[in-house]
Amino acid sequence: MTKSIMIVGVGGQGTLLASRILGNTVIALGYDVKVSEVHGMSQRGGSVVTYVKYGDAVYSPIIDKGEADIILAFEQLEAYRALPYIKSGGTMIVNTQKMNPMPVIVGSASYPENICEKISDKCNLVSLDAVKLAEEAGSLKAVNVVLIGVMAKSTDIPYETWKQVIHETVPKKFLDINLKAFDLGYSL
Amino acid sequence: MKKLMLGNAAVARGAYEAGVRVVSSYPGTPSTEITENIVQYDEIYAEWAPNEKVAAEVAIGASIGGARAMSCMKHVGLNVMADPVFTVSYTGVNAGLVFCVADDPGMHSSQNEQDSRHYAKASKIAMLEPSDSMECKEFTKLAYKLSEEFDTPFFLRLSTRVSHSQSLVELEEPDTIELKPYEKNAAKYVMMPGNAIKRHVVVEERIAALTEYAETAEINKVEINNNKIGVITSGISYMYAKEALGENVSYLKLGMVYPLPEKLIKDFADKHDKVYVIEELDPVIELHCRSLGISVIGKEVFTLQGEYTPRMIRKAVLNESGADFVELEENIPVRPPVMCAGCPHRGVFYVLKKLGLTVSGDIGCYTLGAVAPLASMDTTICMGASVSAALGMAKARGKEFSKKLVSVIGDSTFIHSGITGLIDIVYNKGINTVIILDNSITGMTGHQDNPTTGYTIRGEETKQVNLLTLCKAVGVERVVVADPFDVKNFEAVVKEETSAEEPSVIIAQRPCALLKTVKYTGHCTIGEDCKKCKVCMKLGCPAISLCGDSIKIDLAQCNGCGLCINVCPFGCIKKED
Repeated sequence: MTKSIMIVGVGGQGTLLASRILGNTVIALGYDVKVSEVHGMSQRGGSVVTYVKYGDAVYSPIIDKGEADIILAFEQLEAYRALPYIKSGGTMIVNTQKMNPMPVIVGSASYPENICEKISDKCNLVSLDAVKLAEEAGSLKAVNVVLIGVMAKSTDIPYETWKQVIHETVPKKFLDINLKAFDLGYSL
Repeated sequence: MKKLMLGNAAVARGAYEAGVRVVSSYPGTPSTEITENIVQYDEIYAEWAPNEKVAAEVAIGASIGGARAMSCMKHVGLNVMADPVFTVSYTGVNAGLVFCVADDPGMHSSQNEQDSRHYAKASKIAMLEPSDSMECKEFTKLAYKLSEEFDTPFFLRLSTRVSHSQSLVELEEPDTIELKPYEKNAAKYVMMPGNAIKRHVVVEERIAALTEYAETAEINKVEINNNKIGVITSGISYMYAKEALGENVSYLKLGMVYPLPEKLIKDFADKHDKVYVIEELDPVIELHCRSLGISVIGKEVFTLQGEYTPRMIRKAVLNESGADFVELEENIPVRPPVMCAGCPHRGVFYVLKKLGLTVSGDIGCYTLGAVAPLASMDTTICMGASVSAALGMAKARGKEFSKKLVSVIGDSTFIHSGITGLIDIVYNKGINTVIILDNSITGMTGHQDNPTTGYTIRGEETKQVNLLTLCKAVGVERVVVADPFDVKNFEAVVKEETSAEEPSVIIAQRPCALLKTVKYTGHCTIGEDCKKCKVCMKLGCPAISLCGDSIKIDLAQCNGCGLCINVCPFGCIKKED
């Protein structure tokens, strides 16, 4: 059975590192895996979406609407945008941070209200202030690993495997911060 | 050993294992990471060329010189390199030669959605199309083997989802490939009519031989599951089909998309009651089937536009609707890409918008100058067109129009194909003003060095093309260097240069804010004395936004570049450490 996980956020938030950690973790367990990213234009502060799928044999690298088991959202509006992709009974893990997109900045649109309530009406929701936890871990940039920590808790992948992969994936200089960030998310 | 690899990284690995010695490319999404990954292999000479035509010619030269060679580009880059490509089809190769071309269905980062497979047919060069990272590596190696066996260059066609998806790859040791001897052979390599006429005969014989190869090639794979529905497909579409249809249908997966087999397709079609052709973009395989008299279902149920999904294939073939999903009950704001906080282009477009000029645009991060609130770009066609199309506009509408018209083009794009347009302006007595946005890097594709940066792809120091002397050398006498963040001065310079009745170039010089060498510090804050005139909001800076009726600067996004301080008419914005 293929497991489908989507990671959504805003360009520059570090979603690619999150998908690499997740990808490397599932291969460590011997699964077939596909990770699909879009580079280029989407890195310039636009919406970014990464798909991670693993199982015995994975064909399509993309996830269709209604098929994501877990959605890891780095920002509220992006979480809401991704809602059509969640599987019935799926879980969304949402960082409550809000970042105004350009139409909101210039006043031609407004940022939707009560996003978390609207999401929790439709699927399981875990919401948290990952920015605060990242700060506690020692760097605002560790938001991605905090969220990975939260997600790790809801999978059946052993804690030690995650830790091992973070050791191998993250640059040495930032290892301590990231390990702490992971634990803060995991113990939430 | 199995490794999770990006499709593009797997192509690079394939080149390494195939003993490639020379790679020359121009960056372009989604192809860029192939060449970036080549750099990790010390055995391979790699370079960024000024444009795709030069890149292809370097690779062609290396092949004639006896080394396996590669050139990589995005689909529109193939248009630029088409000239040598059509003729190297005639000369054939000495050592293996592969052109990797990455299409972008859905236009994630492109100005059109062209289907490169047409080039294979038009230039009579064989084309392989992998479906995942493992095939990226294997097909690259196979392309070199076949290139030498059939004495022809090969195309490797990729698409965004193959290039930018990671999947498992089995790594192998590189083959030992010696340099082939170089022997002069004018009849083969000097393509003047007398020789080319004879080579054309060879080309047609070669295509016949390759068609024969395609009939039994292992990469053209048949999977029979039943005799009701057969699906003919290739590339990423195969993966979508396989996920959507599983064992409900049989597959003919074409690893080689030009030339296409005949008997293999006929036999497969004969075995099934109904045959679908599933291919993104144009009906290339479909039309081939129809030309063989095979009745297939293709573009009448599948779109010509954008990317496919397993859901749409399931619906079209099995009439199953797929998983239920939540529909949003409100329209939510889009989040388009924006110029980064601190982007040097922002100062340029702020001034151009203020002056109400017609702006002939180009391809790069600065194409975002077309988006609100800056919204100051009139045209964007292709690399280099900002300069030459502006000359055309000026010739069509006359001198006064020309004085209200500027071209904007990045440093790398100017070298790629802007310089020839500038020469046209000088030669044909244009009075245009060209603004070169010199941010010291190729930005949009993720920071590649180019001839104006002074560094090679490996970060070694090299001679730097000086834009000022280059423009002067082609005959532009008015060349001004100006900092786009000094908006007052920049505005004065633009006014002066556009009113001059001779060609002029403004080099807007300020490095990309994301470069490691750029160190903005602190942040800007808006004082209580803010008059709410909203001039700073015209910059479209992601850090500045309206909260209720007051304007705020988001400290997490602001990098303290100070552009807003320079535009505030009342001096209400201050820098803090």
